[in-house]
Amino acid sequence: MKTYIARRLLALIPVALVVATVSFVLIHLAPGDPASVIAGPDASADDVQRIQRQLGLDAPMPVQLVRWYGRLVQGDLGQSIFLRKPVTEAIHDRVEPTLLLTLFAIVIAIVIGVPAGVLSARYHNTATDQALMVVALLGVSIPNFLLGLLFILFFSVWLGWFPVAGYSPLEYGWAKTLRSLVLPAFALGLVQSALIARIARSSMLDVLREQFITAGRAKGLGERAVVYKHALKNAMIPTVTIIGISFAILISGAVVVETVFNIPGLGRLIISAVLRRDYPVIQGVVLCIAFLYMLINLAVDLSYVLFDPRVRYQ
Amino acid sequence: MSVIALPHPETTGRPGTPRWLVLLTRRKTTLVGAVIMAVMLAVGVLASVIGGDPAHMDVAGRLAAPSRAHWFGTDDVGRDVWSRVVYGARLSLLVGVAVVGLSFLVGMVCGLVAGYYRSLDNVVMRVMDGLMAFPAIVLAIALMAALGPSVINVIAAIAVVYSPRVARVVRGSVLVIRETSYVEAARALGVSDVVLIGRHILPNCLSPVIVQASFVFAAAVLTEAALSFLGVGVPPYVPSWGVILAEGRLYIQQAPWLVLYPGAAIMLTIFGLNLFGDGLRDLLDPKIRGLATERQRVG
Repeated sequence: MKTYIARRLLALIPVALVVATVSFVLIHLAPGDPASVIAGPDASADDVQRIQRQLGLDAPMPVQLVRWYGRLVQGDLGQSIFLRKPVTEAIHDRVEPTLLLTLFAIVIAIVIGVPAGVLSARYHNTATDQALMVVALLGVSIPNFLLGLLFILFFSVWLGWFPVAGYSPLEYGWAKTLRSLVLPAFALGLVQSALIARIARSSMLDVLREQFITAGRAKGLGERAVVYKHALKNAMIPTVTIIGISFAILISGAVVVETVFNIPGLGRLIISAVLRRDYPVIQGVVLCIAFLYMLINLAVDLSYVLFDPRVRYQ
Repeated sequence: MSVIALPHPETTGRPGTPRWLVLLTRRKTTLVGAVIMAVMLAVGVLASVIGGDPAHMDVAGRLAAPSRAHWFGTDDVGRDVWSRVVYGARLSLLVGVAVVGLSFLVGMVCGLVAGYYRSLDNVVMRVMDGLMAFPAIVLAIALMAALGPSVINVIAAIAVVYSPRVARVVRGSVLVIRETSYVEAARALGVSDVVLIGRHILPNCLSPVIVQASFVFAAAVLTEAALSFLGVGVPPYVPSWGVILAEGRLYIQQAPWLVLYPGAAIMLTIFGLNLFGDGLRDLLDPKIRGLATERQRVG
């Protein structure tokens, strides 16, 4: 197990290198010279040169790339051009709402998705099953930002139950924070719950066809015990995987939903950076989210061992 | 037991109907998906016939509720929302088709090369892994930041995001097929690599790829809408469902139709693609189920 974890961590290094390289290349994809793009059309040649020096764009490409790796290792993501502070600081200021929103959403997704999938499998091919699965397919067909807009329309504009938009930071009390995140978290979480429900259902159905289930029934176990005790545990393995994937998707989904609800998180940060052509911030946020994403995927893979003792890693 | 008396259910149907059509229409949900897609296709193709000028402004008639003159109402500068939604369908279809075409071209070449030439596998797949390490929408946003807003760039950015996913599926199939005895036989006969890949390997790894096409199509439509909604996709003057939603968001209290109609269009399109894709998968690739499909769906 320990060697497996070590091996998986080592395997992350090449991927991390590629990720770092891709985010480096991004800034150089811009047509023409990024410095003049950043400086804007009215900038003087001096301005452009100053920005070039500031970003280190005057050095040859391979040198820039090596410098970029070197800075990354030290946790230095550079300076924001617009915000006039280090990118790491800008990210630090904005990470709270995004993480809270993602966590809240994953809780919603699990609490709704798993029971819906299990019920659907237990009442396979009945009206309950079909109704749940049509709802789930509708769910995976709604983009989260659209669901967010619909929620604003119904719950804020028409019913007036929740604030239309905005975020209340934790320092003003968690109850207020929670309230400001209810609609965005549901908009994010419901879509993922549909995904989780579909997986939970299909893996439950697979497990219910296994011989040990027939054996359980044959020895006189009640349907309840068979479904909830024996089948559920085994059906959770693929479900946990999809929950991990969902979690990773939710982080990037939060980027979009934050715009709908005007939540000042990482999503707003990267979008405003794109609109202002603040390349260091774009690079930094992209890199930060990609690393989070990688770590979550690793955690998912490692969790197999916990949930399924049959899985042996060589 | 008499088994020969009954005709096989898969071959029943009117004589002369192609078998794939019978199979595809046997499941009602697939049929519904196909109908939805056909309607969207017709709307997109006929946009200029059934819709008016999507850019025509009539400031006096701004934010008008849906009526006989304006089926879906008007927006904040008095443009006809029906026309804009209809042209939005055309854009979505264009983006979907172009992204599928582009990402399949790149993804299949990379996947075939990586699967067939083992020496190149590591290099190609590490790059693909690196691209896949980014969440789809985040990578697309970053690419758009570098490329700048335009329809072509949106297509290119989304294609870059989805090519590695196609490549991975293709590579997986190639790895299996290259070990089969018919490939070995062809190689023994002295068939060149190009012919071997093109004629013997490629056709046999198409099924999972075709299944994936409908999911990539859906993802492309969704990503374009999301990017444009965020203001980093197509330029604001292009009628896109995402652009209409972004503008509608500001007037959601006075003019909910600005959100409801383009929203319904997106939902219906994706719903149709998902239904169709599920049917296609059960038909072409019955072994892949559950998790694998959901992984394809999420991108």
